[in-house]
Amino acid sequence: MKRLTTVVIALACGIGAVWAATDPIAERRALMKSDGMAAKKMFDMSKGTTPFDLATVQDSLKTLYDGASKSAALFPDDSKTGGGTAALPAIWQNKADFDARFAKFVKDVAAAQAGIVDEASFKKLAPAVFQNCGACHELYKAKSG
Amino acid sequence: MKRVVLILALLVVAGAALAWVLSAPKPRYTEAEWQALGLAGDAAAGRLVFFAGGCESCHKSPGQDDPLRLGGGLELKTPFGSFYPPNISSDPADGVGSWRAVDIANAVLSGVSPGGPHLYPAFPYSSYQRMTPQDVVDLIAFLHTLPAVPGRAPANDLAFPFSIRRAVGLWKLLYLDNAGLRPDPGQSAQWNRGRYLVEGPGHCGECHTPRGLLGEMDETRALAGAPLPDGHGKSPSLRSGGFLDWTTADIVEALTSGFTPVGDVLGAGMTAVVRNLAELPESDRQAIAVYLKSLPPLGPPAPAKP
Repeated sequence: MKRLTTVVIALACGIGAVWAATDPIAERRALMKSDGMAAKKMFDMSKGTTPFDLATVQDSLKTLYDGASKSAALFPDDSKTGGGTAALPAIWQNKADFDARFAKFVKDVAAAQAGIVDEASFKKLAPAVFQNCGACHELYKAKSG
Repeated sequence: MKRVVLILALLVVAGAALAWVLSAPKPRYTEAEWQALGLAGDAAAGRLVFFAGGCESCHKSPGQDDPLRLGGGLELKTPFGSFYPPNISSDPADGVGSWRAVDIANAVLSGVSPGGPHLYPAFPYSSYQRMTPQDVVDLIAFLHTLPAVPGRAPANDLAFPFSIRRAVGLWKLLYLDNAGLRPDPGQSAQWNRGRYLVEGPGHCGECHTPRGLLGEMDETRALAGAPLPDGHGKSPSLRSGGFLDWTTADIVEALTSGFTPVGDVLGAGMTAVVRNLAELPESDRQAIAVYLKSLPPLGPPAPAKP
């Protein structure tokens, strides 16, 4: 019985994982979440709340780069509602602008990856990365549920 | 039978007359009363009132980024129809450039436009009514320094019966207390400043407080979260859920940069709110945070009885 339960749970988890992988809302929410945590680490450093650490910055930028590169494709037409999404209908009404903003975000992150070598260059280039968050959220994200 | 009809007709006429009298616009000040206050406006102080009040969020000309170009015309979708905030630039014909100070004061504090007609409470005078006359006179001084922007906003597009402007007078009788905010002597100056900013110029409750059938704010559930008027998303509760875990410093940060403790960045209407509040001195954002943290937690509303 125990074994059967284990198998059922394992199967359920597997199905859940597969489902999540084909569920763009869950996927983009997970990416946004990790993007947010990565951005927060950099933001705290830029405020001087935490000490500057180049390795952490580079890790965070990599997370942001991966997230930003993948996310734009995770807003198909059938993912407008449900799953606790905070995406606003404006995304699909202005899809070209929305995609262009993601492209700009990727570009700004790449520029930061190439240019940040020390604390001074971090202070100079990080704000351009952060600026993308609010600029996009203003138009395309509202709290839901 | 004839007599019954006559009585009914008289009742209808009397009712209509009563409604007309009750719904009359009641500006807060006459010109003489306003002059008697003897206030002088300071544009630099008024700039801070302008950003505390978030005037530009609704009155800024759409499609451009300058918060000081106040040509109006942004569409605000609500369950009652679409509102188009007017031009409040210093343009003498299309804006408020030729308005007397008392006209602007009465608009902000009592929702009455020059010459009488009511303004709709989409203009948040339900909150602005709590502003001090000094803040209003400073704001007026600042507005006069801003560029004239020609052009008028489209007319509001509202569903009947909300399209009857005069009826706003009856709404005000029910929901506008027309009273300022008396400082609570039992609380610190910082707390009182925070409450003033939140409940007065900051008009936080206009989005974060749930509304009743006629769009009135449910003050028993002040700041407890509400759906956004356009139906997409919500303004979260500031008295329950994750927000209770925020520290004063977290709130100050969110109101300065938009960054939340979990690395989210505030979106939708809050982006403009943050942009505006970031213009205030840090002490004001501290005061707002201290006041919000002092609110007693409030869970979700009790389920309706079957």
